[in-house]
Amino acid sequence: MATTAPGNLLMTTVERAANWARTRSMFPATFGLACCAIEMMATGAAHYDLARFGMEVFRASPRQADLMIVAGRVSQKMAPVLRQVYDQMPDPKWVISMGACASTGGMFNNYALVQGVDQVVPVDIYVPGCPPGPQSLMHGILTLHDKIMAGEIRV
Amino acid sequence: MVDEKTRETLDIWVAGTEEPQFQPTDEGTQEFGLDETEARLDDQFGRVVSDDYVFDDEVSDDERMIVNMGPQHPSTHGVLRLLLELEGEVIRRTKPIIGYLHTGMEKTAEQLTFSQGPTNVTRMDYLAPLHGELAFSLAVERLLDIEVPPRAQAIRVLMTELNRIASHLVALATNGMDIGALSMMIYGFRERESILAFFEKTTGLRMNHNYIRPGGVAADLPPGWKDDVAAILEDMPQRLVQYDDLLKDNPIWVARTEGVGVISAEEAIAYSITGPALRATGVDWDLRRAFPYSGIEQYEFDVVVGENGDVYDRYRVRVDEITESLKIVEQVMDAMPKGDYRIGDAKITPPPRARIDESMEALIHHFKLFTEGFKVPEGETYVAVESPRGELGCYLASDGQARPYRMHTRAPSFYNLQALPIAMADSLVADTIATIASMDPVMGDVDR
Amino acid sequence: MSPVLEQLAESFESVIWEDSQGQDVARVPRDDWEAFARAAKGAGFEVCVDVTAVDWMRQRPERFEVVACLLSMAHKVRLRMITTVGREEPSVASLTPIWPGAGYAEREVWDMFGIRFEGHPDLTRILMPDDWEGHPLRKDFGVGSVPVQFKASHRVN
Repeated sequence: MATTAPGNLLMTTVERAANWARTRSMFPATFGLACCAIEMMATGAAHYDLARFGMEVFRASPRQADLMIVAGRVSQKMAPVLRQVYDQMPDPKWVISMGACASTGGMFNNYALVQGVDQVVPVDIYVPGCPPGPQSLMHGILTLHDKIMAGEIRV
Repeated sequence: MVDEKTRETLDIWVAGTEEPQFQPTDEGTQEFGLDETEARLDDQFGRVVSDDYVFDDEVSDDERMIVNMGPQHPSTHGVLRLLLELEGEVIRRTKPIIGYLHTGMEKTAEQLTFSQGPTNVTRMDYLAPLHGELAFSLAVERLLDIEVPPRAQAIRVLMTELNRIASHLVALATNGMDIGALSMMIYGFRERESILAFFEKTTGLRMNHNYIRPGGVAADLPPGWKDDVAAILEDMPQRLVQYDDLLKDNPIWVARTEGVGVISAEEAIAYSITGPALRATGVDWDLRRAFPYSGIEQYEFDVVVGENGDVYDRYRVRVDEITESLKIVEQVMDAMPKGDYRIGDAKITPPPRARIDESMEALIHHFKLFTEGFKVPEGETYVAVESPRGELGCYLASDGQARPYRMHTRAPSFYNLQALPIAMADSLVADTIATIASMDPVMGDVDR
Repeated sequence: MSPVLEQLAESFESVIWEDSQGQDVARVPRDDWEAFARAAKGAGFEVCVDVTAVDWMRQRPERFEVVACLLSMAHKVRLRMITTVGREEPSVASLTPIWPGAGYAEREVWDMFGIRFEGHPDLTRILMPDDWEGHPLRKDFGVGSVPVQFKASHRVN
């Protein structure tokens, strides 16, 4: 092979190439709910610049997104909407649960809130904090990248 | 020389044989007669844009269309849902549907002690967390009948006014983003970072501070705070001029905001609108002036008042209010009193950390305060502060226990949102998001 | 007491006036609620700042208190009017026809406490889903908290 192929050849597996492509252009759906949404916007804005990781394009339509960042508390009234938005996203899709409220209900252990968004949709990464700072969110996103790179391609 | 007959036959035109004649075609031309009136000419030249979409009121029901907007929509500032009844492009009726962020905070408040209370209220209006804490703390202090030391008051004013600047910057940023002035979004959030950095240094958190507590504030200002505030004061005015130029010199921005989403002063008062949205209609009403709190009456500032009550005026009021807040911050910084940052009553505020190591009594006070809290005499009160969105009130009823019997927050966004159908009636669909953004609702504040 | 309030106090003898930590409170009988509100608006209280309620359960003879905060911008005076509402089918006259701004607040009170406002144009749930049962801020409605289970709890025992 070395004799026939020209120079500058890269060898990889299909899986690894596909995973690399997926991590380098993730489109998050805008699912801002509460305080965390402000930090999510701050992450995307100039100072923290989420564009460095190829994800500054927050898609308004779930059909164009492959990552849902659930930023904020999910109420009983919002949970069906959340599920519907998740169902509208094309596969493969991932979910980041941002903040204490989305992950566990946070300090609001009461009638109105869903105690953890993982009761509604499957969650890949939980980001702690109330609200998590932009650095925390970015760490969560990078951890998700690692997870995708290590994962298998499912159909 | 070709004769006439040949030319007709061959149907060609040879240059120079006759005067060229301009042959107009029907396509793309308009006739201008001498009897055309000026108004009609203006219309034809496109100097006057007549609205094609305003129909007569007598339209049958099947021409009306109901469009759902939200709750997951990038321009509804969270999870606001609107039902728009459209006639072509014109909105006839609007019904806001809220509650998608209802967190049951008023119920949770009944489970938390008075000293834990600020953690709860700070998460209501998450763009102005310190104002929520201030309203709650002032209400508790009124029931306890205590007065916080002058330094605590000055710190409260300093922090809340900085918070007002940060909140207004987000309002400008999101308002710009919704109309398409995307650079404003980048700049607004960038400048907010400088204030948040100071907040983080002082309170430990960028948002949801739990800093203003009954009896004072949680911690003294950090060493070197004057330099940080001075840097903000030096930087912000010139940046503000840039942003103002960026928007007000932009003809698209002006065209999309002027005369859009108009609310009259009478409507604003009838619908209990407060804050910048009320002042934009020309009503000179600011709680900092009318019912001063935390010693804010010592500082000089102007109440910014608009004129037309449209989106542009609301934007104008916010920009000018940032300037006024900077004035207050500067005065507070120069005249920061010395002394304690909370009252010395060990029953209400925890002892200094060093005292716990050496005094048994301090340890007991600390333990009692954080397990049982302090008891507040029976009574009920309503205290309001001017938040960036309007009158943020706290109604507190106590039955003599360590937890509030009932805590209710008068949320400014909740009432301002009520006037959306009025502001949006008979306007175009495209103006919807401009109007919503200019009211600056925070859904956490609306739904609580 | 400011002159505006004195004028109001003269025309309503049934109203009990209180001073609550330096704030003026008018305890209005339920039957006079609407008439007093109209008189207050006539006297210059052009803004209804807030309407809310308190559930006193068995601590007071009448279970609910409805609280309305009024504001006169011209005179810079605040007034809080409070009425009591009984346990069975609680209802009181609506303030929305007088101050349109009370509309959402009264819907919220209906949603949270189940107090009916007679004459309200659109008394529906506002914060909770339409099919929700019960009124969450009543004291007999549980907080609805879910017990927290820690992963390591079996090791603690």
